[in-house]
Amino acid sequence: MNTQPITVEKDNKESIDFVKVEESKEFKSFMKSKKKFIVPWTIFFLIFYFTLPILTSYTTFLNSSFFGDISWVWVFAIAQFVMTWVLCTLYVRKANRFDEMAEDIIDEQIKGGNS
Amino acid sequence: MDATVIILFLAIVILTLVITYYAAKRTKSTGDFYTAGGGLTGWQNGLAIAGDYLSAASFLGIAGMIALNGFDGFFYSIGFLIAYLVVLFLVAEPLRNLGKYTIADMINSRFDAKKIRGAAALSTITIVLFYMIAQLVGAGALIQLLFGIDYWIAVLIVGVMMTIYVLFGGMIATSWVQITKAVLLMAGMVVISFLVLMKFNFNISSMFTAVKTATNHGADYLKPGILYTEPLGTISLMLALVLGTAGLPHILMRFFTVKDAKTARSSVITATWTIGLFYILTLFLGFGAAAFVGQNSILAANPGGNMAAPLLAQAIGGDILFAFICAVAFATILAVVAGLVLSGASAFAHDIYGQIIKKGKATDRQQMLAARNASLAVSVISILLALGAQYLNVAFLVSLAFCIAASANLPVILYTVYWKRFNTTGAVSALLTGLLSALILVSMSPSVFSPVEGAALFVGEPIFPISNPAIVSVPLGFLAGYLGTVLSKEYDPVRYAEVKVRANTGYRGPR
Repeated sequence: MNTQPITVEKDNKESIDFVKVEESKEFKSFMKSKKKFIVPWTIFFLIFYFTLPILTSYTTFLNSSFFGDISWVWVFAIAQFVMTWVLCTLYVRKANRFDEMAEDIIDEQIKGGNS
Repeated sequence: MDATVIILFLAIVILTLVITYYAAKRTKSTGDFYTAGGGLTGWQNGLAIAGDYLSAASFLGIAGMIALNGFDGFFYSIGFLIAYLVVLFLVAEPLRNLGKYTIADMINSRFDAKKIRGAAALSTITIVLFYMIAQLVGAGALIQLLFGIDYWIAVLIVGVMMTIYVLFGGMIATSWVQITKAVLLMAGMVVISFLVLMKFNFNISSMFTAVKTATNHGADYLKPGILYTEPLGTISLMLALVLGTAGLPHILMRFFTVKDAKTARSSVITATWTIGLFYILTLFLGFGAAAFVGQNSILAANPGGNMAAPLLAQAIGGDILFAFICAVAFATILAVVAGLVLSGASAFAHDIYGQIIKKGKATDRQQMLAARNASLAVSVISILLALGAQYLNVAFLVSLAFCIAASANLPVILYTVYWKRFNTTGAVSALLTGLLSALILVSMSPSVFSPVEGAALFVGEPIFPISNPAIVSVPLGFLAGYLGTVLSKEYDPVRYAEVKVRANTGYRGPR
């Protein structure tokens, strides 16, 4: 007869060692792939965004015609919208992969094998 | 005021009260009250974010600015949208993973410090009050214009409605009022834009050609430079717009109404598509108003251009569309102020009363009572301030709110999630420096002092030359957070490891 529970719930054991989780190979590679997406694209969209007021404030070449009476400044302005939607879509695709990695870390590093 | 307007106006009042009635029955705990129990789906919350964000200033103000100033009016549309990339990439998911009801909850998931909570609550309350006064004063003037009733009655109607939603229906009522408004607003925008395009035979190029000669600006109308002639001023405003959204308490609070980071993300996506479409359509409204209403008629109705969209609706869709757009504008105002009341109340009742005074030991009943009392107090204070501010030029308060959010809240949110060394002193320094520098610089700026009588609050020469001080106050907020941290000893890498793991994985279990 089994008098003792075979597995002990995490909550009852000593606390989770988050430093160990943070230093694990899996968590580090998770953070690396997140950073690889977020940092360059954040720098990109901020530069793309501020280029518009900087160009309109200090130069006039965006006023040249793109098509009929539509000048380049309007093209650039609409491109800001397109960029936002494209980056949103790209991020969602990437984030599905991030979610899988995060779940693995919760299952393997936090709930099992740790502490 | 004709019958159609009254019927649509009453329809909105009744619809939102029905929503509130059902929401009140479902509001049983403090969690329900502040965050709808975390039970909204991604698209629901996405539409609610759009409903919370797209204020009457966006709907009527930007359409008017484009109608009167051409390209320069469109700058706001761009900044308000790109801000959502900051929210999506850097803020929404960690915020959802770490927080509970307020921004202070999120920061304190790392520090447990009352002074941080106090400073964060102070910044939230300041932002909410400024934003609210601007909204209510604008609402009073608009409803006066749209429905022909006195300013004080208009403010009271909006004030009483927002109090009812929040007091009885909490976040559930507020969310559904916001969702309803977002749907109505988008429908109105699409219909007007479609009619405008139809007038131009769906030829965008001929629309541009038409507005080139429609206004007093001539060909300059299509070029930047009519409204913003000061390069640093323009860039400073753009900075406040793009970084401010990610620090606005009433927007960030919306991320606590969903169950996890994945849903928070999908709500930002829904919000970004909706808000993006909305701001693209502001172009058709603005151009349409310039072409079919004319700048002189727009200016004659309201010097700020706020009547451009309703007048356009009347010109191309007749009295029914005019009545519908007026009703939509009313719903827009209600949805935004309700969200503001709730976030102000959470700072008072949850942060200051629940966590600082009661040290987190208040019962759910006490917390609920405090939340309702605080909602009532925030509403009454805002209504009184708005009644007193009728003749003041307070439009700048919205961009000031964005500026404080970008200078005080955003640095602390980013440092909390991403900077290992960050500590309590750094957090308090960033919050207070960002808040105070934005306030002090604005009080010396052309928004407050103008040599022209009536153009600003006071007559006089501004000491600080830029209307929106974000270009100075945002770096100051970040710098204060950095200096406060490195100049003090406190450093807890173990606690940060936990915060980093939780923020990124969404693990919410015990330690």
